[in-house]
Amino acid sequence: MLNIHLILFLAFGAVAVAGAINLLAQTHPINSALSLIAVMAALAGEYLLLGAEFVAAVQVIVYAGAIMVLFVFTIMLLNAGVEERTKGSRVAVLFGIPGMLLGSLLVAWVLLRHSGTEAVAAGALPGSPATIGPLLFHEFLLPFEITSVLILIAIMGAVVLASKPPSSPVPPRKGD
Amino acid sequence: MPIWLYILASVIKSAVVLVVLLTAVAYTVWLERKVVGHIQNRWGPTRVGPFGLLQPLADGLKLFVKEDLTPPHVNKPLYIAAPMIAIIFALTSIALIPFGNPVTIGGYSIPLQVTTDVNTGLLLILGVTSIGIYGVALAGWSSNNKYSLLGGLRASAQMVSYEISLGLSLVGVLIMTGSFSLRTIVDSQAGHFWGFIPRWNIFTGQFIGFFCYLIAAYAETNRIPFDLPEAETELVAGYHTEYSAMKFAMFFMAEYANMITVACLATLMFFGGWRGPVFGPAILQAVLPLFWFAAKVFVFLFIYIWVRGTLPRFRYDQLMAFGWKFLLPLSLVNLIATAIAVVW
Repeated sequence: MLNIHLILFLAFGAVAVAGAINLLAQTHPINSALSLIAVMAALAGEYLLLGAEFVAAVQVIVYAGAIMVLFVFTIMLLNAGVEERTKGSRVAVLFGIPGMLLGSLLVAWVLLRHSGTEAVAAGALPGSPATIGPLLFHEFLLPFEITSVLILIAIMGAVVLASKPPSSPVPPRKGD
Repeated sequence: MPIWLYILASVIKSAVVLVVLLTAVAYTVWLERKVVGHIQNRWGPTRVGPFGLLQPLADGLKLFVKEDLTPPHVNKPLYIAAPMIAIIFALTSIALIPFGNPVTIGGYSIPLQVTTDVNTGLLLILGVTSIGIYGVALAGWSSNNKYSLLGGLRASAQMVSYEISLGLSLVGVLIMTGSFSLRTIVDSQAGHFWGFIPRWNIFTGQFIGFFCYLIAAYAETNRIPFDLPEAETELVAGYHTEYSAMKFAMFFMAEYANMITVACLATLMFFGGWRGPVFGPAILQAVLPLFWFAAKVFVFLFIYIWVRGTLPRFRYDQLMAFGWKFLLPLSLVNLIATAIAVVW
């Protein structure tokens, strides 16, 4: 069974990476958004394979199912068109890709050699809801609640920014 | 269990569930036309076969041989992908629904459900159905038609809004059971009060939860009185205006498959799943739980159709106000009351 897990893990990983590259390569925002959904779904598959069932389900429900719907919704409402290629973006490609490769190599090397953490076997993470729940509502209750307050503040800020300024009384026209 | 046997069992189970589900979809459509016909004092389909029973076959054949038009102004890849997304996720969610206790064949215990009993089964079903929204939203957008776009936007806004109430209405049951596993939830509803009232969740204090679930489920599946996304009188046919032949049929089948999934979930969560009186010889004892499950699902589908024949359509602002200002607070109150009762 372990080999199947490994094959699936690699397959989901390949889908996630391919989706991420496609996300950058596409010029139409809706195609990019859809690639991002594919990345998130593939990541959920990875979590599930590692044993973090709850995180996997929440990843699908919250990110792929709710947040990305709002993204797609906004793109549809704004009717955002095809992105234009500028010279700046060509420079970004020339320097960005080698830089990104170097950076990810560095991160991988540090994580593998010097962090002291070990690789997790398939299905080994204690990720069932029964273990996550007590952690969330006992040990990490304060950070959890503060995060929710933070999100609430962000929502209120968005509402304030998006709502029209209080309408000034209409100046009387000259004829009146 | 050796791996090849496991794969064989999975393939057989998938095929059986798929065939049963698609047949059920076809005959739910027949039932709907028949029942709504009788509600409106007419006969419904009568010409093809006895009682019009072969009508779904004729409809299916017609949709298969119809010309598959693609309008010239659409965004083609997404236009083709949208009905596929809708039907794939509608059919996937049924894979997580358990239909009965595991059966033992040749010394191996085989669960009566396409997947094994997943620890987070309920969450995964909610996740899969939430992805199904993209089918509708993308269909509306890629058709490049203002009616389709409005229908798609309405559908996704409505589904996102009512999904919250849907999820919260189920949390009451989860608190009482203490598990996300659908099998555990059904097992927790065993037994009777005073020897004859079954200990189903709807009778043990989750009536408001069930009420919220039922309403949110109607909105989730875009059914009357919440069928704003395809309101014919204002939007032609909403998000599937530009679709014809099998692409249209895929949306149609997805809608009915979602109805069946929602009915299965209601049966599992609130009505004791496959529990019911089991008696008689061994073969009857094996079949009866499946029969009870199917009977309960049938009752839900019938109520769906009954509501469709009875109620008019909401206005859009009424729909949103109802979802956010009435249903969401009600399901929150139910959640808090259940939590207090369980702790106390």
